[in-house]
Order: sequence, then structure tokens, then C-alpha cells
Amino acid sequence: MLRRPFFWIIALVIAAFAITPVVGNDVGMRESLILAAVYITLASNLNLMLGYAGYVNFGSIVFFGLGGYICVWLVSAHDWPLALSLLAAGIGVTILAFIFGAGILRLRGPFFALSTIGVVEAVQAFVSNFDPWGGSSGIYLSTEVFAPLGGPRQALWVIYFAMVAVMGLSLYLSYAIKTSKFGLGLLAIGQNEDAAAILGVPTPLYKALVYSASAFLPAIAGGLYFFKSAFIQPSDAFDLTLSTEAIVIAMLGGQGTVAGVALGAYLYEELRGYLLVSDTFSHFQLVISGALLLVIVLFFPSGLMGWVHTRFPRSQRVLE
Amino acid sequence: MLGIFASIVDGLLVGLVYGLAAMGLTLIWGVMDVINLTHGTMIVAGMFALYLITSAFGISPYLTLPPVLIGGFVVGVALYSVAVHRMIGRPPLMSLLSTFAVNLVLIGIGTGIWGTVLFNVSVSVPGITIGRYTFPGAHIVAAVLAAVIAACLYAFLQRTRLGKAVRAVANNREAAELVGIPTTQVLAIAFGCGVALACVSGVLIGTLFPFTVLTGDGYQLKSFIVTVLGGFGNPLGALLGGIALGLLEGIVTPFVPVSWTLVIEFVLFVLVLIAFPGGVFAFRRRAL
Repeated sequence: MLRRPFFWIIALVIAAFAITPVVGNDVGMRESLILAAVYITLASNLNLMLGYAGYVNFGSIVFFGLGGYICVWLVSAHDWPLALSLLAAGIGVTILAFIFGAGILRLRGPFFALSTIGVVEAVQAFVSNFDPWGGSSGIYLSTEVFAPLGGPRQALWVIYFAMVAVMGLSLYLSYAIKTSKFGLGLLAIGQNEDAAAILGVPTPLYKALVYSASAFLPAIAGGLYFFKSAFIQPSDAFDLTLSTEAIVIAMLGGQGTVAGVALGAYLYEELRGYLLVSDTFSHFQLVISGALLLVIVLFFPSGLMGWVHTRFPRSQRVLE
Repeated sequence: MLGIFASIVDGLLVGLVYGLAAMGLTLIWGVMDVINLTHGTMIVAGMFALYLITSAFGISPYLTLPPVLIGGFVVGVALYSVAVHRMIGRPPLMSLLSTFAVNLVLIGIGTGIWGTVLFNVSVSVPGITIGRYTFPGAHIVAAVLAAVIAACLYAFLQRTRLGKAVRAVANNREAAELVGIPTTQVLAIAFGCGVALACVSGVLIGTLFPFTVLTGDGYQLKSFIVTVLGGFGNPLGALLGGIALGLLEGIVTPFVPVSWTLVIEFVLFVLVLIAFPGGVFAFRRRAL
């Protein structure tokens, strides 16, 4: 793995994320990049389902929101340290995903996609009624929680580096799965599930594994994200917009590619930043995402990376 | 005892309207293998048409049905040509994504204009009183209208030449094309009918409950559950599924907080899909 160029390309991307805002102590740049890192984390984990196994998950936000809830709740109600809370959030959500997955992954293709919409509704309804998590008013963190990280100012940097690490792990996870036998099985499921099963791919196990694997890092990212904002409530935690954006990003960059998704996330973040400052478009963010997705689905179903790979076939050997 | 009875009857009435809403979804699903994720938004579009027309002209809410029916059909045909036509024959996930994208655009425009404010259309129809309980008149009228519209759809599919063409295309697109049926037009018409049904049911639901731009999601989920109960591509089954869902809501509502109904319905959705992949009411399964 170390001898493959793509491994070092990912390392370069992570290094660029880690170093750029530190040079010149640029806080604005850091805030913009942390959002890009969240996008890359969500989109590349969604890509494990969407791009590899060919299963559309409209509810990837559930992992992010639940991770955020578990982490914030452990920090505020039980005074757990951040690192431990994040780990607990990741593991807890992964186990939950495995249990959910055992149920809804019996459904194929479009039925699965429909049921993921239901998962969002159901989890949101559950959390809104769950009193230990503050019901619909959510949980607030006091600023004292930042003290162990060296005060609010330094804590934001710590969170930033942690988020970049999560992003890097997401990219390596995508890459490692893609080059493994497991990934080959997933790609076979994406092509033709029945044929894959007949040729000996343990399809139910693989699907449940990839569904829960795609939950771990988004849950940690959610924990970091909501710890950073020191506030969580159901409508933010399970905001359908973010799920949607993850799909748009994965399709924009090229589903099933690692580099494409990262590129798509970065481009989308830039576009979004541009649109948010413009007066006309700031209210119509969903419209723009939707129109973008429609154009991609209709005319460029293989995304940016698909275009690059057809235009420069040799790039397939370097960019996964 | 009468309380539960009243709640069940009310559930039945509302269930007929849910059934009508799901007929639009299942018609499109059955004819062209496309899951229309704009369905919920089209229901909301019907509600807003109801609100805008009644507040502008002050006419009876039920008089908005014909213009909404025609408008919905036109919107549906337009939607078909923009987002769905290129997806016919491609993997179902692609049409799922394309209708999802259109839905985002519509929701974005809707929230941009109206925000998420609650709207309400008041309907004054005298109810029927039995003992201490009054069955709201609006619910009865909506249920009757839903049944009439459903019967019209059934007659259209079974008795008219165009309806037979729709069924033929649903059965086998290539064979239908070989015998000279213009499949593209038929698909566009079927999609238009599906959207028109969604809009019309939106009008009826709008006379029963208050609504926002985002209420469509809940009704869309209900439509999926009804479709699953009734069997895919089976409009008559959808009506039965709707009644079943309405009954369930009627029985559950007195005992469980309202916000949990959706969770229960969703669990039901998954369980039914796993246990009866063909639909519970699919005993007389045939293509439309």
C-alpha cells in the first residue's frame, strides 16, 4: 500500500488541510476548511454505500446526528472526556447501524432507499421525544467543557485537527476498502447482487458490514461538530440538507471513486461559500443543490472523475 | 367504547384520502418502474393551490378540485419530460435520484417563498352527530370525494382505450410499442395522472389538516406504506392499503402521542416489506 502513489496523494491532501490555516493563523480559512472536512467525511462514507455497493442511503445524516447526540450527552451529563465520548459515539452508532442494517438491508435497491428516508423520520421522532436528550429543545454545553482542551480558543484548533484526522481516516478507509477483497465483493453487489451471491459473495454480511462501517467516522465527525457548536437539537442534528449535500457531492465527484468524492466535496464547499455571500442565492441553497444534482444525474452520471478517466485513461492507474 | 368506535370511523374516512394519495404514487410506479420522490411535494402543491385559490376568489374549497386536477396533470407531463423521460429503462436508482433532485428544487423554492409557516384552510361543512360524538363533515366529504375519484381512475384504466394503452405499457413496453401504442405519450400521460392524483389528494388533505411547505415528507412516507400494503402498481390495492393505514391510525391515536405515529408506521413499513414483498392486498395481482 505504501508503494502506491495514491496513498501519498491522500497524505498530501491531509497535510495541506492541516498546514494551510496554521500558516498565518487564518481563522476564517479554518472555518471554511473544517466544513470541507465534514463534507469529505460524510460524502466518502456515503460513497461506501452509494458508489461501491450501489445502495442509495438518503439517511446518512442519522449517523452524524446520533454521534453528535451521544458525544454531547456523555460530555454534558456524565463529564466524560472528549476523546472517550467520541469513541463511544463512534462505537455506539456503529452497533446501532448494524442492528438497523440487519433489518432494512433485507430490502433491495429502491426499497432500501425508501426505508432510509423512514429511518431519518423515525430517529428524529424518537430523539424529539427522548427526555434524557432534552427532547425537542436539545442539549446545551457550558463553555467549561472546553477547559480540558486549553480554553475555547485553543479547543477550536484541537477540534479542527481532530476533524482533519477523521477526514483522512475516511479517505484511507474508502481507499483500503476499494483495494480489498471486501471492496471487490461490494462492487460485485453494485453490479448485480444475484450474480454476486451465486458466485459466493456473502451479500447480506457484506451489506451489513459496509452499512455499519459507513457509520463509524460520520458519528465521530458529528460528535466533534456538535461539541464545537456546544449545542445540539433534533432539527439541526437530523437536517436533511446535509444528507442531501453528501449525495450531491458523491455524484458530483464521481460515485465509487475516492479522489472524486474529495474533489467534489471541496468544490461544493467553495460553491456554497460563494452562494451564501451572494444576496440572491443565499435563500435558495437547496434549489442550487437540487438543480446541480439533476444536471449530473441526467447528463453526467459518472461525475467529474468519470469525465477525467474517459478523457485521460492513464489517470485511472493513479487516481482511485 | 363509542370513543374508540368514533376514532376508528374517522381513521377509515381519512384512510380513504391516504389511499387516493398513494394511488398516484403506485400508478407511476406500476407503469414505468419509477419511484416519484416529488410525490410528497406534489401533495403539498395541491394544498397550496387550495389555499391560494380559496383565499384569492373566496370559492368553496371543493370547487378547486377541477383546476388542480388539470394543473397537476400539466405539471406532471412537464416533470416527466424534464426529469423522468431520460431515466426510463435505466436503473431505478437513477430515477430515484433525479426525482429527488427535482424535489429539492421545489422544496427550496417553497421554503424560500413561504418559509415553514403553518397554513390552514377553514371548511364549514355540518358534521353528523351520533350520541356524544360528531363526525366532522369535512372528513366525510373528503372520503366520499376520494372514493369517487378513485372509481373514476378505475373506470379510466379499465374501460377507456387510453386506459387500456396505459395498462398495456405497464405490462410490457416493447410489446405495446410493437402493436402501435405511442409509449412515450402514454408514459407522459400516466405520469401526469399520477401527479394530478397527488395534487387532488393534497387538496382533500388540506381541507382536513393544517399544513406547511414541508408536510409533504410525512404524507409521502404514508403513501409509501400504503403502496407497500396494497402491492406495488396496484391502484385498487392502494385504496385498501389506505383504509388499513387509516384504521391503524384510528386505533393507535387514542393511546400513543401523535409524534410517535410516524415511527410506528415506519416500523410497519419495513416489517411489511420484509414479510410480504408483494404487498398484503396483492391477492389479485395483475399489472394494473
